[in-house]
Amino acid sequence: MATSPRDNQVRFEPWKDPDAQPYVRIERVTKKFGDFVAVDDVTLDIYKKEIFCLLGASGCGKTTLLRMLAGFERPTQGRIFIDGVDVTAMPPYERPVNMMFQSYAIFPHMTVEQNVAFGLKQDRVAKAEITKRVGEMLDMVKLGQFAKRKPHQLSGGQRQRVALARALVKKPKLLLLDEPLAALDKKLREHTQFELINIQETLGVTFIVVTHDQEEAMTLSTRIGLMNHGEIVQVGTPTEIYEYPSSRFVAEFIGSVNMFEGRLTEDEPSYVRIGSDDLEQPIYVDHGVSSAPGATVWAAIRPEKMQMSREQPAGPDNWTAATVQDIAYMGDLSIYLLRLASGKVVRVTQPNAARHADERITWDERVYLSWDPTSPVVVTK
Amino acid sequence: MIARALKRVGITGRTLVTAVPYFWLLLFFLIPFVIVLKISFSDAQISMPPYQPLFAWIDEKVLQVQLNFANYAFLVEDNLYWKAYLNSIFVAGVSTLICLLIGYPMAYAIARTRPSTRNVLLLLVVLPFWTSFLLRVYAWIGILKNNGLLNNALMSLGIIDEPIRMLQTDFAVYVGIVYSYLPFMILPLYANLEKLDLTLLEAAADLGSRPWESFLKVTLPLSVPGIIAGCLLVFIPAVGEFVIPTLLGDPGMLMIGKVLWTEFFNNRDWPVASAVAIALLLFLVIPIMYYQRAQDAESGGGLHR
Repeated sequence: MATSPRDNQVRFEPWKDPDAQPYVRIERVTKKFGDFVAVDDVTLDIYKKEIFCLLGASGCGKTTLLRMLAGFERPTQGRIFIDGVDVTAMPPYERPVNMMFQSYAIFPHMTVEQNVAFGLKQDRVAKAEITKRVGEMLDMVKLGQFAKRKPHQLSGGQRQRVALARALVKKPKLLLLDEPLAALDKKLREHTQFELINIQETLGVTFIVVTHDQEEAMTLSTRIGLMNHGEIVQVGTPTEIYEYPSSRFVAEFIGSVNMFEGRLTEDEPSYVRIGSDDLEQPIYVDHGVSSAPGATVWAAIRPEKMQMSREQPAGPDNWTAATVQDIAYMGDLSIYLLRLASGKVVRVTQPNAARHADERITWDERVYLSWDPTSPVVVTK
Repeated sequence: MIARALKRVGITGRTLVTAVPYFWLLLFFLIPFVIVLKISFSDAQISMPPYQPLFAWIDEKVLQVQLNFANYAFLVEDNLYWKAYLNSIFVAGVSTLICLLIGYPMAYAIARTRPSTRNVLLLLVVLPFWTSFLLRVYAWIGILKNNGLLNNALMSLGIIDEPIRMLQTDFAVYVGIVYSYLPFMILPLYANLEKLDLTLLEAAADLGSRPWESFLKVTLPLSVPGIIAGCLLVFIPAVGEFVIPTLLGDPGMLMIGKVLWTEFFNNRDWPVASAVAIALLLFLVIPIMYYQRAQDAESGGGLHR
C-alpha cells in the first residue's frame, strides 16, 4: 500500500477541531431513482483544503453523490451547503463548483486554449484577463505549447490535464473529480497523483474525488469516505481506514485481510481472548472490546502483520500450524497462501529482504503462523 | 489458385471490393455524363437521334471533331436561362432554410426522447415514403386548390369569406418542396444529434453556461456536419426539381428543371438541354466539392471527426 506524501507534513486535521466550520456540508441526503435508492441518508462534513475521496465499488452511489454536489442531480431528500450557502436547488451553472469528468468531456470543436477559456468567457471576464489566466493555467499543467491544438491531437494524459486546467481556471471553491486517473496507464497514474496533490496545495482548492481504486484514494486523500449500497460506511484518514476498520466490510474492502470468526472466551477491560474454530490457539488482543458476551466477533489480521516460522512459538496464544499451499513471488515481497487444519486459507506477505532464496519457506512446508497481540482488529459487524 | 494468380497481377480481395462502387459510378454516372457532355457540344438537327454526330470521317482518312460551343453561348446570351438558374437556386435555398428551421427542432426532439419512443418517431418521419412521391404531390393539389380541403376548412371556420388562391403559386411550390424533402433534412441531423455526448452539455453547464448558451456554443457547432449533410440532401435535388413546380406551381414560374424538360421534349433541342444540365452540374457540384474538401482539410484530413 502506497503511503500518503502528507504523512511527513504538519498535521492537517480540521475535522478534529470542534470550532472548525465545514466547507461542504451534506445533510441527510437521499437520492432515489424510481424505487432504487442510490444514495441513502448520507451526512458528511468536508473541510476547506481537504482532498476527500469517496471510495466504493461501482454502483455504490459515490458518483450520484458527486453529481448532486455539481448540481446535475437534485437530492430526493436532504440539503447540501457549500461555504454556508444552501445550494440544494441551485442549477449547476450558478454553483461555485467545477467538475472534472471521468470522460474529460473536452469540447472537441475547440482548441485546448478555447476549452480552458470557456468558463471564463461565460463569466464575462475581460479578454486580457482571460488570456493571462489561461496562459498561467496551461503552464501549470505543462500544456503551454499545446494551446492551439485540437483535442484529437492530444494523448490521454494531455487531455486529462486539459480537463483539469479547464475546471481549475475559474478558481472554484470546490473541485469535483470523477475518477480523475482511471483512463491513464499505471506509470502515468502514479505520476499524476502526486501532480494533483501539488496543484491542490498550490491553489488551496478543496477537492472531492470519486474513485473505485483504493490505492488512488490512499495516496491522494486527507480523508476517505467509504461507501456501500448508498451509505457511508466509514469516514477516516487512510491510516484509520486501513488500521482501524469499523466493520468486516471496510476491513475486506481496503487491502487484503484474514478474517477469523469466533467468540469472546475472556472479556476483560484490558484484554480479550477469542476462540475460533479455524485456529488451534486462541487470539489474544491487548485491548478491550465492546461486545455482548457470547456474541460472534471477527478478528481481522492483515497479511503483512503475520509471521511464519519453522519453530513452534512460545506461549499459549496467537499462533497456529499451517501448510504452505502456494507462493506468489512479487519481487519486493512474496505472498504465501497457507492452509490451516480447518481448510481455511490464510494469506501472509513476507518482504524479500535477502536476495538468496535458500533459507526461504517453500511449497508444502509445515510452518507456524503467529502474530502480535496488537495486530488483530476486532469487529462486531 | 485463382486468388494467387490474381495477386500476382496485383489484384487482391480488397481492390475487388473497392472496385464495386467505382464500377457502379463509372457505369451509371460517368458514362451517361460523358454522353450528355458529348451531346451538349453538338448541333441540333431533325434526325434520329436529333443531333449531329460529333465525330466525322473525312474521306475515310481524317477524323474530324466538331465542337459546337454555340449551345453554351446561347445559355449566356438568352437571359431566360440565367433567370431560371437563379430562381431555382433561390427557391431551393429558401426551401432548404425552411426545412432546416423545421427539421432541426424535430431532429433534436427525437434525439432527446427515450430510445423506445425514438424508433416510433423515426418510423413516422420515414412513413410518407411508403406512398409514391407523385401521389403525395397530387394530394397537395387536393389540399391547396380553391375548393380544396384547406380553403373549405378556413371558410367553414369563418376565417375567410372566399377561397385564397394557393395552388399554382410560389407558396404551393415551397409547401411541396419542404414537405417532400423534410425527411432528408431530419435524418442526417438526427444521426448527428443522437451521437452528441451529453456530458459535454453537463461540462458546459458546470462551467457556467445556461442551457441556451450550451446549445449555441456546444450542440450547434458540433451539429454542423449534420446541418451540411441535411442541407445538401435537400438543396441539390430541390434545384433540379421538376415535378413539384410543374404540378403545384404557377405555369410561368421559371425553374431550371422545367426549362430542361421544355428544351428536351417540346423543342427537341437535345444539345441545348444537355448544355443546361452540364452547366447546372458545374454550378452546383464544383462549389460543393470545394467546400467539402475545405471541411476535410480543417478536420484533419477527414480521418477525425
